[in-house]
Amino acid sequence: MGATTTIKYEPVIGLEIHAELLTNTKMFCRCPVVDPTISPPNTAVCVVCTGQPGVLPVINKRAVEYAIMVGLALNCEIRETSIFARKNYFYPDLPKGYQISQYEYPLCINGWLDIELENGQTKRIGIRRAHLEEDTAKNTHLNDGTSLIDFNRSGVALLEIVTEPDLRSAEEVEAFARKLRAILQYLGVNNGDMSKGVLRMEPNISVRPIGSDELWTRTEVKNLNSIRNVARATAYEIERQISTYESGGQVIQQTMGWDELRQITVPQRGKEDAHDYRYFPEPDLPPLQVSHEWIEEIRAKMPELPDVKRQRYMDELGLGEYDASVLVADRAIAEWFELAVSEGGDPKNLANWIIVEMFRLMNKDGLEREQISEIKIQPAQLVALIKLVEDRIINNNTAKKVLATMYAEGGDPVEIVKAQGLAQETDSSVLQAAIEQVLDENPDEVQRWLNGEEKVEKFLFGQVMRALKGKADAQILGPLLNTALRNRHE
Amino acid sequence: MTTLTALSLTEARAGLQKGDFTSVELTQAYLDRIHALEPKIQAFLNVTTDHALASAKSADQRLQQGDTSPLLGIPVAIKDVLTTKDIETTCASKILKGYIPPYTATSVQKLFDAGMVMLGKTNTDEFAMGSSTENSGYFTTRNPWDVERVPGGSSGGSAAAVASQMAPVALGTDTGGSVRQPAAYCGIVAVKPTYGRVSRYGLIAFASSLDSVGVFGQNIEDTALVLQAIAGHDPCDSTSLLAEVPDYLTEMRKGLEGMRVGVPKEYFADGLQPEVAAAVRAAIDQFETLGADVREVSLPNSEHAISTYYLIATAEASSNLARYDGVRYGARKNESTLWDTYRATRGQGFGSEVKRRIMLGTYALSSGYYDAYYLKAQKVRTLIKSDFDRAFEEVDIILGPTTPSTAFKIGEKTDDPLEMYLSDIFTVTANLAGVCALSLPCGFDNQGLPIGLQIHAPFLQEARLFRAGYAYQQATKWHQQHPTL
Ligand SMILES: [Zn+2]
Repeated sequence: MGATTTIKYEPVIGLEIHAELLTNTKMFCRCPVVDPTISPPNTAVCVVCTGQPGVLPVINKRAVEYAIMVGLALNCEIRETSIFARKNYFYPDLPKGYQISQYEYPLCINGWLDIELENGQTKRIGIRRAHLEEDTAKNTHLNDGTSLIDFNRSGVALLEIVTEPDLRSAEEVEAFARKLRAILQYLGVNNGDMSKGVLRMEPNISVRPIGSDELWTRTEVKNLNSIRNVARATAYEIERQISTYESGGQVIQQTMGWDELRQITVPQRGKEDAHDYRYFPEPDLPPLQVSHEWIEEIRAKMPELPDVKRQRYMDELGLGEYDASVLVADRAIAEWFELAVSEGGDPKNLANWIIVEMFRLMNKDGLEREQISEIKIQPAQLVALIKLVEDRIINNNTAKKVLATMYAEGGDPVEIVKAQGLAQETDSSVLQAAIEQVLDENPDEVQRWLNGEEKVEKFLFGQVMRALKGKADAQILGPLLNTALRNRHE
Repeated sequence: MTTLTALSLTEARAGLQKGDFTSVELTQAYLDRIHALEPKIQAFLNVTTDHALASAKSADQRLQQGDTSPLLGIPVAIKDVLTTKDIETTCASKILKGYIPPYTATSVQKLFDAGMVMLGKTNTDEFAMGSSTENSGYFTTRNPWDVERVPGGSSGGSAAAVASQMAPVALGTDTGGSVRQPAAYCGIVAVKPTYGRVSRYGLIAFASSLDSVGVFGQNIEDTALVLQAIAGHDPCDSTSLLAEVPDYLTEMRKGLEGMRVGVPKEYFADGLQPEVAAAVRAAIDQFETLGADVREVSLPNSEHAISTYYLIATAEASSNLARYDGVRYGARKNESTLWDTYRATRGQGFGSEVKRRIMLGTYALSSGYYDAYYLKAQKVRTLIKSDFDRAFEEVDIILGPTTPSTAFKIGEKTDDPLEMYLSDIFTVTANLAGVCALSLPCGFDNQGLPIGLQIHAPFLQEARLFRAGYAYQQATKWHQQHPTL
């Protein structure tokens, strides 16, 4: 019998990211950038972004500034001279018949980003380039065979970021995607919304036998509307390629689309002929000159980025690494947390309440963590709730119930506690009476305690708590109960 | 009273300011002449009578209020590759038939703001691709000196209009000689300013890195006045230059004394029509007589200019003309699939020369050929530029013929594109180098056809062109000759 050799494969993955920049106006004209899902079609257009004869592009300085910010955050070299180029192809969403992009001389090159892996290690992912370009219009195909074109998106500033093929698993892809998105949001250059296509991520995937350093045929996956789907599609495509090779087949170089319903990748039809984009330098724009001084000016006013923030949370606020990482993972969460801290809350307590209780409520509600700013609870209200616990007005369990009410209906915790009569019972005579009643009703348990079965005390504590509707001040109740039990010895 | 249309711009300006006649009268005189001569010359794609009379009326109001703006109330013809809001602009192409631009080109707007009166949009080779107007998608313009001959191109409509006094001045565009060559063929003046001196916003692109807006006039002064009005930076054109615009009329009068004039030895090689060579030599002698210091210079890379030009120009054109797909504007031929619609629209909308250049340019840019063609052409372009840099270290201006021969017969070169391309041999270098150049009449050949003298000056030195040209015209009468029509 011949030996069966089992080849072990490793995936080789690079990511291509397109981020619409949050500039007020488009990349090469003065049209406002509008939300395509809200604005009526073709209301934010002009002669330039509809490609009328004779028009010329003018570079949006803010877009360049944003691109430089991202380049710096990704540890890139910022070129003092970069060149715009035309990428030529025909499609109705491309009004000029070419897209103004950057090709041979992009603005940002040779960067890197460290990602944290589940085993606690960090891995450095290379950034090949980041360059500016313009978005296309949006085609809508109707059932009767006609197509409609909305030029509102045409000419919106896009930043294309391309990584080196350094990613080796769907998990790494997800970690990178989350971190990159967080950085874009921290910088305020992109809102991270993948469902509307404001941020698009496309993995290039191939597999090869472990130990090999050649690159096998790769596929590109498009149509991914969330980071979760980027990870799922990557995992699926890796398995598909491996099983293709294992069954003796060949992977074809092509663009795949993610079918969310069936959770599989499928070959995309359409603009698929091998394109020759005939890139050449855009003659309508002189080379883009970026002075060293300007780069430093931009660097100086960049906001604090996640890695630095996490370290500060650990060093200055005394948070553990896990809590700090969770809180900085998204700009909205960090902002919410910092607001709460500025309201006088204890950082460690706040972190605990946010990460354990608030995220649990949001998760049950189907909200993502980064939607924290959309919930009804305000940072100052969480601080007030924690203060009620610290002041022993309510106990922890009551606080959780109050938080649930705050989450569901909104409102101030002090008011809720007052309205629902949730304040703790601290009057020892009331507690004493309840204790005596419970002990009288449970003679067997009392006897067991007297026989040395200490854990019964917990049960009796619970019974008293129940009798007082959970509002007893545990710190007073505990010693009182213990004394009462001892007294039964006689 | 002499015929109003016989007046130069400068003369007409004086008459308007004195109140000898109104802008409406002047405009009507030109419209009447256009009406009379157009059947013979066919310079205009579109005569904008209503627009012209309305503009003239408001110019008259400004004149009455004592406005002395130099171009106020003066008629002008505009090449149909410059966009005009609400007025059809086609680039003489069927693919843009019916296209009404929603905006006006910066250069044209500046003339409107100066109070000029647009008479109409002039004929051109389709998308400015040609040297004779024979490539117009509509008709061929005739040379006023001999209607059997071409007026030159691509701005042949504007040149013929000025030469036949259907307009005192006109705008054209020059990508490889498209104002200078027809000016030479039609016996008038034309200036191609430095690349970036005049905004290209609204100039429907043929080859973006070579295109310039140019001016036609009957003499240097008229031409300088119009360039004065359109020159300067435009925030809508990132390639337009920030440099100040000098006062051309003041500079123009400074005389030739001490000016160093270079004559490239390469410009008098074989293939030059003997009468052209003789007329240009005589003009050079005249410059010497007027106090210029004439010496020989060399532009050694000129021999590569035509091939370099046709690679770069067609490459850029192939991309610039991609937008004419019938999707958003212009003529669309609907077919059952998108790609068939593209094919039919472009196949039927473009003429054969345009298609030839799109194919050439697409080839030059395509993967595997880019380095050998486009990139190499760019390198030669740098050499041609340094030829001029070197020459201009020794001389202030360069003189030579504008074209190797005088106007050719209609149909004579249509079967031989290469032969046609060679009529641009002396003009393309200025576009490749980005420098400014001017053509002015310097004589006639044995058949009575005008001959053009070309002056080159360094980057942004248009004033020097006018100074040299003005001194020459003060001493000669060639520019006062008009065709009998
Ligand atoms: Zn726009």
